[in-house]
Amino acid sequence: MPEGTLCNKKPVDTAEGITTLLADQSGKTYYEEMKSLDIDSDLLWKTIQNTCKSRIRTWLEICAHCGMCADSCFLYLTNDRDPKQVPAYKIQSTLGEIIKRKGKVDNAFMLHAMEVAWSQCTCCNRCGTYCPHGIDTGIMFGYLRGLLYQQGFVPWEMKIGAGMHRVYQAQMDITNEDFIDTFEWMVEEYEDEYPGLTVPVDVEDADIMYTVNAREAKHYPEDLAEAAILYHIAGEKWTVPSKGWELTSLAMFAGDWAACKIQVDSVYDAMDRLKPKRMVGTECGHAHRATVVEGPYWAGRKDGRPPVESIHYIEWLAEALREGKLKIDPTKRIKEKCTLQDSCNYVRNHGLRDVAREIVSYIVEPGYFVDMAPNREHNFCCGGGGGFNGIGYFRKQRNVGLKCKRDQILATGATLVLAPCHNCWDAIRDLEEEFEIGIKWSFLKPLIIGMLDIPDHLKPEPEE
Amino acid sequence: MHALLTGPIFYLSLGVCIIGMIVRFYQYFNGLSWQLDRVAYKQWPARGFKGAIRSIYKWLIPYGTYGWRAQPVMTAAFFGFHIGAVFIPLFLVAHNVFLQEKLGISWFTISTPMADILTWIAVASLCLLILRRLVLPEVRILTDKKDWGILIMSMAPFVTGLLARYQVGDYSFWLNAHILTGEIVLFAIPFTKLSHVFLFFASRAQLGMDFGIKRGGVRGTKMAW
Ligand code: SF4
Ligand code: SF4
Ligand code: SF4
Repeated sequence: MPEGTLCNKKPVDTAEGITTLLADQSGKTYYEEMKSLDIDSDLLWKTIQNTCKSRIRTWLEICAHCGMCADSCFLYLTNDRDPKQVPAYKIQSTLGEIIKRKGKVDNAFMLHAMEVAWSQCTCCNRCGTYCPHGIDTGIMFGYLRGLLYQQGFVPWEMKIGAGMHRVYQAQMDITNEDFIDTFEWMVEEYEDEYPGLTVPVDVEDADIMYTVNAREAKHYPEDLAEAAILYHIAGEKWTVPSKGWELTSLAMFAGDWAACKIQVDSVYDAMDRLKPKRMVGTECGHAHRATVVEGPYWAGRKDGRPPVESIHYIEWLAEALREGKLKIDPTKRIKEKCTLQDSCNYVRNHGLRDVAREIVSYIVEPGYFVDMAPNREHNFCCGGGGGFNGIGYFRKQRNVGLKCKRDQILATGATLVLAPCHNCWDAIRDLEEEFEIGIKWSFLKPLIIGMLDIPDHLKPEPEE
Repeated sequence: MHALLTGPIFYLSLGVCIIGMIVRFYQYFNGLSWQLDRVAYKQWPARGFKGAIRSIYKWLIPYGTYGWRAQPVMTAAFFGFHIGAVFIPLFLVAHNVFLQEKLGISWFTISTPMADILTWIAVASLCLLILRRLVLPEVRILTDKKDWGILIMSMAPFVTGLLARYQVGDYSFWLNAHILTGEIVLFAIPFTKLSHVFLFFASRAQLGMDFGIKRGGVRGTKMAW
């Protein structure tokens, strides 16, 4: 059976297709079918010739086989320094081989390549900053994922995720109506506490267009309310688009470049439609990377910038605290040992290393903050990036990978981890579940709300 | 033999090396694609240039980057060898006399004791690099025949040069062997992994542009290499 009914080379782009895939519990049939999936070697080789240009080819060619990248990879470290986890080995034995064999590889090879691409690399790009030649293995793995996706060798959840973006322009099956309804309903819940709290939908020329992670609408609706509350108290002129509100991109993790474009175009269309001054995205790392850092290139924007200035939530928060739009009650600052998870996606890969620390300086009582080692752009991945968190098939491998972050956190002695990134937040939650080291973890929004000094005119009228 | 090695073969090897490098440099930069690489090279030339320069010069300084500091022994061996590999061929008195005679150019030279020291350090460092390849599992798994070929090729001019220098046995034999192995290196540079002697700069420049233009550069953050 070359092309399976569930596992095949065709992207999913209908709601029914997604439902059928989802019905296949944990992808049992899907992975069974994958074992007999054929490889279209001509297509594979043609794609490589068209898209693998001097950057990646030179990386593969000049790699000195020096092994200096080994220690930089958290998966090498957490797997007892297994030589098979050396970044250079991982990429040379997969992408390197495919190119050497001009695309003539078999099913077993592709199954193995899929395992390496999604369970031995989170595309955190740390190794790229430790290689003397500047060889960024994470980027090459991103590229390899695209080749594997095209051939149908992609983890079940990733195939579904990419399909979701194609169908719903969101990582989950949430329609635009569902999204707005949820947002409005959540805000109503808090209206009494914050009189005048609203969700301004589709307001043109606002100062801020806010975009989210669909998971918030599905699983953490409080997050939406918290965002609204903070904008409300800060007195921002903000809006959410009724279409193009999703910041994330599982399509990026899947290597489905066409879906990446569909997704990011939907957000950029909202920018064109509403003409906001800026876009602010929620506390998510890969989403920022997808929409703000890589997105412009998928959308074909030559300047590599989104249509309007786009910033991460922590950039907005730091600015609001700095300019006094939000005031912290000093007595309510964090007085327990805490640390911060630097998200690779916006710290190493978008230079926001000092922004989160500025926020820390406002909200943590001096003496209570301890940085992890290493930190900033040299921080290790949380252990669950690049889609790793979401892939059931590789759960065991993911849990091994979590040990690196566990030990980093333990070494700080902190009991609270600030995690302004959805993926990192999940990984840290899971590592607490797995290893029970006795920590709490949190996004910034709820913490800030708990310590705000709210101006009187925004407080509810005292009841007579 | 000597006349052949110092005559036509010398000119040929040098020509192949230089032209080869120019062609491959051109091919490299010509093959960069803003959309495939996802770096807006042309739109942000100043940022790209600054990022490229930083990414190169930081890595040229011994222990100048997190990467170098993370591997102190490797770094010592790396620089021990590469400083010799750059300074000896270019700045040895004998080489300059030779160049003056053949090409009518010469430049700054280093003293003989200095050259001796650098050469011995280079050879010792190479031994360390070889040892590393034999012993460390994370390096062994990467090592293939070509890596050994490159190592031997790079070591040969040093060893033959030393044997000629100290006149061990037949001086003219070692001298010819030295010239020949040096020329083999020149021939091999554009076509083998030795291309890293110039593609290092290309590859580092590219990643520097990536960080300078896109990752962090947009926010005015300079990557702490
Ligand atoms: S550090 Fe760079 S050159 Fe050395 S093995 Fe790793 S990728 Fe190759
Ligand atoms: S990108 Fe990150 S996870 Fe992937 S090989 Fe490099 S260091 Fe390891
Ligand atoms: S989840 Fe967070 S730490 Fe992990 S790769 Fe993504 S951004 Fe980096």
